[in-house]
Amino acid sequence: MSILINKNTKVICQGITGNAGTFHTRGCRDYGTQMVAGVTPGKGGQDIDGIPVFNTVGDAVSATGANATMIFVPAAFTADAILEAVDAGIEVIAAITEGVPVLDMVRVYEIVRERDVALIGPNCPGLITPGECKIGIMPGYIHNRGSVGVMSRSGTLTYEAVWQTSNEGLGQSTCVGLGGDPIVGTSFIDLLKLYEADDQTKSIIMIGEIGGTAEEEAAAYVAEHVTKPVAAFIAGRTAPPGKRMGHAGAIISGGKGTAAEKITALEAAGIEVAESPADMGAAVVRAIAKKA
Amino acid sequence: MKIHEFQAKELFQNAGVTVLRHMVARTAEEAAAAYEELGSSLAVVKAQIHAGGRGKGTIVEVPNQHGVQLVYSREEAAQVASNLLGNTLVTIQTGAEGKVVNQVLIEEGCDIARELYLGIVLDRTVQQPVLMCSTEGGVEIEKVAEDTPELIHKEHFDPSYGLQSYQVRKLCQQLGIEGASVRIADRFMKALCRLYVNSDCSLVEINPLVITNDGDIVALDAKISFDSNAMYRQKAIAEYRDLSEEEATEVRAAEAGLSYIKLEGNIACLVNGAGLAMSTMDIIKLHGASPANFLDVGGGADKDQVTEAFRILLADPNVKAVLVNIFGGIARCSTIANAIVAASQEIGFEIPLVVRLEGTEVEEGRRILEESDVAIITATDLTDAATKVVAAISG
Repeated sequence: MSILINKNTKVICQGITGNAGTFHTRGCRDYGTQMVAGVTPGKGGQDIDGIPVFNTVGDAVSATGANATMIFVPAAFTADAILEAVDAGIEVIAAITEGVPVLDMVRVYEIVRERDVALIGPNCPGLITPGECKIGIMPGYIHNRGSVGVMSRSGTLTYEAVWQTSNEGLGQSTCVGLGGDPIVGTSFIDLLKLYEADDQTKSIIMIGEIGGTAEEEAAAYVAEHVTKPVAAFIAGRTAPPGKRMGHAGAIISGGKGTAAEKITALEAAGIEVAESPADMGAAVVRAIAKKA
Repeated sequence: MKIHEFQAKELFQNAGVTVLRHMVARTAEEAAAAYEELGSSLAVVKAQIHAGGRGKGTIVEVPNQHGVQLVYSREEAAQVASNLLGNTLVTIQTGAEGKVVNQVLIEEGCDIARELYLGIVLDRTVQQPVLMCSTEGGVEIEKVAEDTPELIHKEHFDPSYGLQSYQVRKLCQQLGIEGASVRIADRFMKALCRLYVNSDCSLVEINPLVITNDGDIVALDAKISFDSNAMYRQKAIAEYRDLSEEEATEVRAAEAGLSYIKLEGNIACLVNGAGLAMSTMDIIKLHGASPANFLDVGGGADKDQVTEAFRILLADPNVKAVLVNIFGGIARCSTIANAIVAASQEIGFEIPLVVRLEGTEVEEGRRILEESDVAIITATDLTDAATKVVAAISG
């Protein structure tokens, strides 16, 4: 079945006329995603390879029945773009942009919470259901249709996990990049609920990193509510405290958010934690064997 | 982005948050003059650095001088300033190398009835800013949070609506603030929350927050840091940036579009993606060696960026080998391989270079590396890469 997106999902690109928007719209279309329209205010009437461009998300939805969006709008305008998509009835929003002010997201999140919208990101690679639908910048070819639900705060590290699980012959049901910011639209717990209920997903891997307490909260949820095998890897065991390690959300502050604490919480919940980033695929195999 | 205490107090003043009268001095003479100008028999001299723990910290060059000292005369003010200025202050937050003190704050004394703690941060779990207060002011708040968390009182607030009066009344009850001070607390706390939102802060901290004998509420200290993502719309605050407080190579890297953090080890890393970069550091450690840095080249990694990245990595004298770990998604391995070869040729370095490529056009990328004149050790997966680079520094 997969979660959130599939071959029937109709996707628009907000910011389609920018370099990144155009490039990745083409990449998704070439993968097989139904890229039905783009939105750039003021450029309505144009087209990119025959994909129509509209002035507003509302117009795009009316014309095409689109239900998902990929946002490549600059950081200063990303919050506005997300709110416009919510307002137009879009169900799945992948906000790829990095550098969105945190307080903008606090405001957006309040609104998103009230509606039944899945907001992925910001500062994320997007999400993909292999063989059916890709919304984002990830390399499609490393993914295989399969049974591992992949959820990650990272970008290229996710590709590493996907690569390893493909090599183990497991493939992926849906992969979701949560994003590297301190406040993101969808949490590990939100996705665990969906993966647990999804027939195609037989096991789950969580790729976390230092900063915040998302992994600890997810661990507690797994202990109570998840029956499927879960594996995890936490990046940043060697990261020094107080320093932002690339991602705005990857920072150990006030002693909280260390890799060690997260790993302890995950193991206490019965989650198979990979000690090395080279071991992620094998950790999923071990988790499956334990529950067999 | 961090700023100095004196800059934070300037923002407080502009926002209507009460601080004591103070002046900034850059020489001992200025410090003496400031003492006179303030006209209070008791004053405080405080080193200005981007780190806490100044009171307990000490000056390397004058070991019995702490970063904060009470003074009772202009001569004392001048002497303390002289001990601090141009010298290195080491505190529990600066690391062993400490920070050079370029400015001091001279502040009038005040009658302290009580010391409280007040801070505003983003609560990542609730996804809202939160105002935290405690009666345990003046000491390590992290310790309080660990040992006696019930002594920390929290009120979350919506950035658009701000802190509400009922929340202030609730906090005052918990903190034992009564009478006329409650009205003062209402103005003070709301002003602070408004400042947090209007200035795109990530942290505002007042430790200690003082209740004076007269019942007034004053910020004795001020610590503010900002959301770097928002600085494009905070031009005035961006001007407060003090580059001398930042690690020079980290600043240089940022200017080249690279994210770099110096560490203590001897294996330099160059990776695309923050999570993969941290993992690369982690796997080096797992194989018994120590990473020299974190470096994320981001999605670009063209020849100029790779060259600049190599220059930055090799500027660190501790570095004995370089590990390049690239998982090309949009970025093609062939492009990166060419960039690596060109950069190595341009810089011409002698230490071992291990390169692991995976992803788009990986076969072509590996071929380019094998056939180049540059001595490059190629690796297939993460374990292979870590094993080879650790072997390279032992040989």
